[in-house]
Amino acid sequence: MTRPTFLGMPATAPPGVGHLRGDESFPAAARRSLADPQLRRNLRHATSTIRAKSAGVIAESPDWEQLRAAGAAIKSDTLNRLPELLEQLEEKVTAAGGVVHWAADAVEANRIITDLVRAAGADRVIKVKSMATQEIGLNEALHAAGVTAVETDLAELIVQLGDDRPSHILVPAIHRNRAEIREIFLREMPGVDPALTADPAALAAAARRFLRETFLSTPVAVSGANFAVAETGTLAVVESEGNGRMCLTLPRTLITLMGVEKVVPTWRDLEVFLQLLPRASTGERMNPYTSMWTGVTPGDGPQAFHLVLLDNGRSAVLADEVGRQALRCIRCSACLNVCPVYERAGGHAYGSVYPGPIGAVLSPQLTGIDDNASLPYASTLCGACYDACPVQINIPEVLVHLRAEAVDSQRRPTAESIAMAAAAYTMDHPRLYEAAQRAARLSRLAGRGGRGLPPPVERLERQPRPAPAAGADVPRLVGRPMSARDLVLGRLRAALAAGAQTPVEVPRDYRYAGRLDLDQLVDRLTDYRAHVHQVAEAAVADTIADILPAGARSSYPRVCRLPGCRRR
Amino acid sequence: MRIALFVTCLADTMFPQAAMATVRLLERLGHEVVFPPEQTCCGQMHINTGYRSDAVPLVRRHVRVFDPYDVIVAPSGSCVGSVRHQHAMVARRAGDTSLTSRAESVAARTYELSELLVDVLGVTDVGAYFPHRVTYHPTCHSLRMLRVGDRPRALLREVRGLDLVELPAAEQCCGFGGTFAVKNAETSTAMLADKMRHVLSTGADVCTASDASCLMHIGGGLSRLRTGVRTVHLAEILASTEHESAVRP
Repeated sequence: MTRPTFLGMPATAPPGVGHLRGDESFPAAARRSLADPQLRRNLRHATSTIRAKSAGVIAESPDWEQLRAAGAAIKSDTLNRLPELLEQLEEKVTAAGGVVHWAADAVEANRIITDLVRAAGADRVIKVKSMATQEIGLNEALHAAGVTAVETDLAELIVQLGDDRPSHILVPAIHRNRAEIREIFLREMPGVDPALTADPAALAAAARRFLRETFLSTPVAVSGANFAVAETGTLAVVESEGNGRMCLTLPRTLITLMGVEKVVPTWRDLEVFLQLLPRASTGERMNPYTSMWTGVTPGDGPQAFHLVLLDNGRSAVLADEVGRQALRCIRCSACLNVCPVYERAGGHAYGSVYPGPIGAVLSPQLTGIDDNASLPYASTLCGACYDACPVQINIPEVLVHLRAEAVDSQRRPTAESIAMAAAAYTMDHPRLYEAAQRAARLSRLAGRGGRGLPPPVERLERQPRPAPAAGADVPRLVGRPMSARDLVLGRLRAALAAGAQTPVEVPRDYRYAGRLDLDQLVDRLTDYRAHVHQVAEAAVADTIADILPAGARSSYPRVCRLPGCRRR
Repeated sequence: MRIALFVTCLADTMFPQAAMATVRLLERLGHEVVFPPEQTCCGQMHINTGYRSDAVPLVRRHVRVFDPYDVIVAPSGSCVGSVRHQHAMVARRAGDTSLTSRAESVAARTYELSELLVDVLGVTDVGAYFPHRVTYHPTCHSLRMLRVGDRPRALLREVRGLDLVELPAAEQCCGFGGTFAVKNAETSTAMLADKMRHVLSTGADVCTASDASCLMHIGGGLSRLRTGVRTVHLAEILASTEHESAVRP
């Protein structure tokens, strides 16, 4: 097989920049959160609540495993032909009146968005909760350019007002309880009622009052995207509060930033993900607010739409045949909620905006292993994350793979590598091994004094290097003949050309696995407070007429078209 | 049946009573147990810590030592998990296709103790007697890597005199994780604290599991806090009879 070559392409794609690195190693950062009783309590309560809710709605779903397999297959297939799907997406978005921009890294994405906001003449933008904009540090970049970014998701607003960092993908203020949120609102929210209580409904109402005015008076919105459909050019955002719907419909200009891996081939593929995502993430059967838009529609919604496609290290992830499965992630955060390490150490310990098990496999790949060398070790490999993942990312497998990468990248022997080599040598020589075993038994007897738990052995992993200045080690585009578009597409093609792609068949059996159960449907509708009347077909019209309020009956059609209806 | 014992380095070095109990149990059930003396370690610690190339000679040794046997048993879900899910991967990465296929073949003949008893030998009542209140910790690799499911509980339910109590949040990791307990000692201890709290809440005298590593972690915590609750390997419970206890006092 001949492999295509890409002239001018670097041998490996450059690392991502932005909020992907912490200031200290995971064990050092975790030590602080472990000692915070309030944080431990908040995390324990929140994760166990979401876990139970999610487990309940997954258990009632008869075809959950088929859906997971389909979700994984659709995403793997997408990654195999990512460049062509992105080109198709670009073509369809453009045809529908949108403008597509390509950003090789966080610096470039920030510049593109800042320029667009300035061109729209705005000094304030409203934001839909988005991991990609957190990743690139957009709020800080906009602030530096004199633009105020207002987070409209309740939890993101809490984090923003508290001058805090998000600690969870889905529930960014999971480390705060309502008493703390009340204090933040009283301290930081303009025009807040000083009599505000810590009642969740009162807190939500205060945020709503504050945000309503902002929604109505801000001309530009910035969003992320959960999915982008290549065949139609449709973008999708799922959220629970309606703030996203406001941002996506009210402003004149809408700017959407999405990682290149968020594309899906067809509209039909959303059928799978819109079933997987709510059950895995919020523990809901159906997502409350699902907004979809295709380009611009004259006289309705934003009249200018910009889509920014972000690489920022993703092409490097795609080049790793074991690690690339992390790009299947749909940011549901199920892995965080089931992770015993996350539940105790909290999100901030992971340094990057991507915390928990998915962060431990994604961040080191996006930045290169050297900058996040402690993250692949922040797991007991218990496997709860793999079981919970709706797109079957084998996180333990990738963690072990990245640990090998961390060891292989060590430039000189460490105490640990010497001990490991000595152990392997001993274990390959039974006589030595037996002698070592006798010594180990003696030392165990000697250690039986019971003087409390043994002290932690000196940690062996290296401290991460200080984060490079944004964009410092990224090839600049200035003076290059290659556009950002060609650069990103070229890197993605090179990543795929490095190894053979296994063709993926997308199973569709989930469609037939579930059978319609009328009693279950009635139960479900009743859950949602609907009144359910089971009547013979012939009685439908009369039943509806009886239900309608007296004043509305005159508008009800006199002739019913239902076959067999006695009002005919 | 002729069964080869894969003792595992940890049981051999630190908890030989679990291995001896495995032999005693299988012999009581009428089987022949052989112990290939050239065996050492499956290499899981090296693989999981990132020292894949150091693990290659250990995988090669393991495959060479156990290839002659039709049925292999280990009293450890974690080590069987490594043999079944990692050995072929390590061999493949090392570019050794012959080792890869032999590793896959050995893996297919290697069973965790409860799998061997229930699936291969078809027994749940092994004639054991153990008059204690016991709670069972399912261990992550038995639960999620091997999917042993209810097999250990099915075995425990048949033990005369044994009062089996459910462990709350049983499926949560105890915090050991091999070198995790060293590299992330504080998080590991926080997880252990919760596991011990749940064990103590059952009022059990004994916490059992089918993995010496997890039992070492949980048992270390329970003994240092002088809780009076001890850890006992599943094999030791199943090997105990009314005439002879396999558990050392």
